[in-house]
Amino acid sequence: MHGATLVATAVPSPYAATADALAVLVLLSEFGMLRAPLSRSQVRLYSFQSLVVTGLAAFVAADRHIPGLYAIAGISLVLKVVVIPAIVLRLLRDARVELVPSHRLGVASMVLLALVAAAFGIFVIGSMSVRSRSLPAPALGLAAAAILVSFLLVILRSDVVSQAIGFFSLENGVSVASLVVAAGLPLIVEVAFFFDLLVAVVVFGVLMRVHHERTRTLSTTVLDRLRG
Amino acid sequence: MAWDLMTLLVAPFVASVTCWWAPVVVGRAVSVAAGLLAFVLAVLLIPSGQAAALGGWVRVDPLSVVFLVAVAFLYLATMVFAVGYVRPAGDPDVAARYNRRLFAGLNLFCWAMVVAPLMSSLALLWVAIEVTTVISALLVAIDDTARATEAAWKYVLIASMGLGIALFATIVVYYAGSTVLGNGYELFVPQLLAHARAFPPQMVRLAFVLAVLGFGTKVGFVPVHTWLPDAHSEAPTPVSALLSGALLAVSFYAVLRYFQVAVRTVGGTFPRDVLLAFGIASLALAAFTLSAQRDLKRLLAYSSVEHMGILAIGMSFAAPIAVVGVLLQVLAHAAAKGTAFFGAGSVVRKFGTKDMARIRGGIGALPWSGPLFVLAVLALSAMPPFGIFRSEFLIVEGGLSDPHDAVVAILVVLVLLAFAGLSWFSTRIMMSPSTGPAAVARGEPSAWIVGAMLIGVVALVVLGVHPPGQLSDLLTRAAAELGVPR
Repeated sequence: MHGATLVATAVPSPYAATADALAVLVLLSEFGMLRAPLSRSQVRLYSFQSLVVTGLAAFVAADRHIPGLYAIAGISLVLKVVVIPAIVLRLLRDARVELVPSHRLGVASMVLLALVAAAFGIFVIGSMSVRSRSLPAPALGLAAAAILVSFLLVILRSDVVSQAIGFFSLENGVSVASLVVAAGLPLIVEVAFFFDLLVAVVVFGVLMRVHHERTRTLSTTVLDRLRG
Repeated sequence: MAWDLMTLLVAPFVASVTCWWAPVVVGRAVSVAAGLLAFVLAVLLIPSGQAAALGGWVRVDPLSVVFLVAVAFLYLATMVFAVGYVRPAGDPDVAARYNRRLFAGLNLFCWAMVVAPLMSSLALLWVAIEVTTVISALLVAIDDTARATEAAWKYVLIASMGLGIALFATIVVYYAGSTVLGNGYELFVPQLLAHARAFPPQMVRLAFVLAVLGFGTKVGFVPVHTWLPDAHSEAPTPVSALLSGALLAVSFYAVLRYFQVAVRTVGGTFPRDVLLAFGIASLALAAFTLSAQRDLKRLLAYSSVEHMGILAIGMSFAAPIAVVGVLLQVLAHAAAKGTAFFGAGSVVRKFGTKDMARIRGGIGALPWSGPLFVLAVLALSAMPPFGIFRSEFLIVEGGLSDPHDAVVAILVVLVLLAFAGLSWFSTRIMMSPSTGPAAVARGEPSAWIVGAMLIGVVALVVLGVHPPGQLSDLLTRAAAELGVPR
């Protein structure tokens, strides 16, 4: 009987369903950043994505009783939802650049490539047998998909803001992965990660500013002197 | 409390802050003193090879001491070199500000590289290595030219993305460990090694591949090496020397930590095969690219890719003697590449160009640093009696005893090819008589540069002719920690 192949799978618990839905939102906002034409909307999408990751951390903290995660969510809220977007938006304001044409491919091709990358992440990583105390395993595949799409964002967009946002959102993807499999990471380590991210943001900011002052553009297509 | 570890943890940072605020002369003196202090403390750790502080968060074992010695040696030599490395004349205020920034940055960069091998937790090791990236990216850009800015942007972006993958590796290895150690453990290396046999193999394999790819971006493994020639060639010379001799080694140290865990969980074959693939790719690309270079510092940068390839191939041999060779090569490469970059700095300062087509008669123009540069290039090409000859000999010997004859044959052929490219260009610029209408005046830019190069060459001869007994003992113990039978 062909119909017998339709095996009933267990309905996910409300907890797992909510967590997976939030992880899907992280991935979708990554797609949004990839195609968004305006740098400013990319930054806002990044801020939204960070808010989702923060919410996920708080959600896991509440449901699984991991109090340390509240602190992580708090730092994440301040740093990734507010401070980093503010730094990049300020740069954009100072640069007075509205639109940087930076799509290396058409939007449709980019999204198709991203779909392939995301499917690869979801199926390959998702197929690994992960038993997690904090989050359902599919979230790990979704995190890997978001990481792969963030690579495409860096590769397929040729402006410094997209590339920096690509790196920051890569970190968001890794954050989701860490919530799935490493929710008990010691607080000192998590704080060190955030400190490190902050330093990286400052350095990215400095180099973006230097690039703009030197070339009067945010595009990276002029960076073609060093070859071989 | 281990005062030596704590001093290593604090002194370079204090030196950096001092350089930022104090007059240039004081900053230079403090920098050389900090380099010397770090080197002496690292050497004092050689006999025991063990120390711990701060509740186990700071900890060294023989493996980390080897890398600490390499970094501290180059810290000292680079600071001596940097004293002689003065920006071409201009506004004194601008020059002073540049010097203050450069010395503060160099000390901070060395601080991050000294701290990395001191970290017992793999998570904090990652943090330290990411800190080295962001500091060195600013140092690459410090000359504020269009080329330097381009190199710095490519470097910070590619290396940070790579380290993003390495962070994912850290998370995965944490998960692998948590299946045995429970949640909330600190990712200390001894904890992981003690229980690695019981970790889920699939996760450890994933973590290892991610770590080699992620940290390998900073090691300069092909195909994720693309930032390396740009950053090395456009950075100020002291920064190039540190990037090549110390930073690549520290990143390789992180790879070795994951290697240690992986061989215990999944056996030696898988991790060795992964390293072999990256090693051969890196060595092959470098061997063929070296002969196509025009820029002197790019030539040395590709030589770094070559040497990192050799290290990876050496680790792929299941013979302790090859691992001893790899660790000796880490030390010898730090000395040789540092010295070669110092020489290149001297040549560039003298001739005002990095273009090798426009440099001739180097040995006549630079009576001391010219011959020393040639010696450093010969050392890099693994000629006796220098340290790299001994280390590559050990690696080849290990390969033959493994036995991995085909790989050894490829290794030897590619190393010979690289030798040809490296020595052809460097002897041509140094030995060919100068032909230009305006002959360059004979003389050294600075005695400090010669001093730094002498330190490097002496170290290379010592490592090649007769390494001190305690150092050999340290290398053997570190190799024993790393190597396991197939």
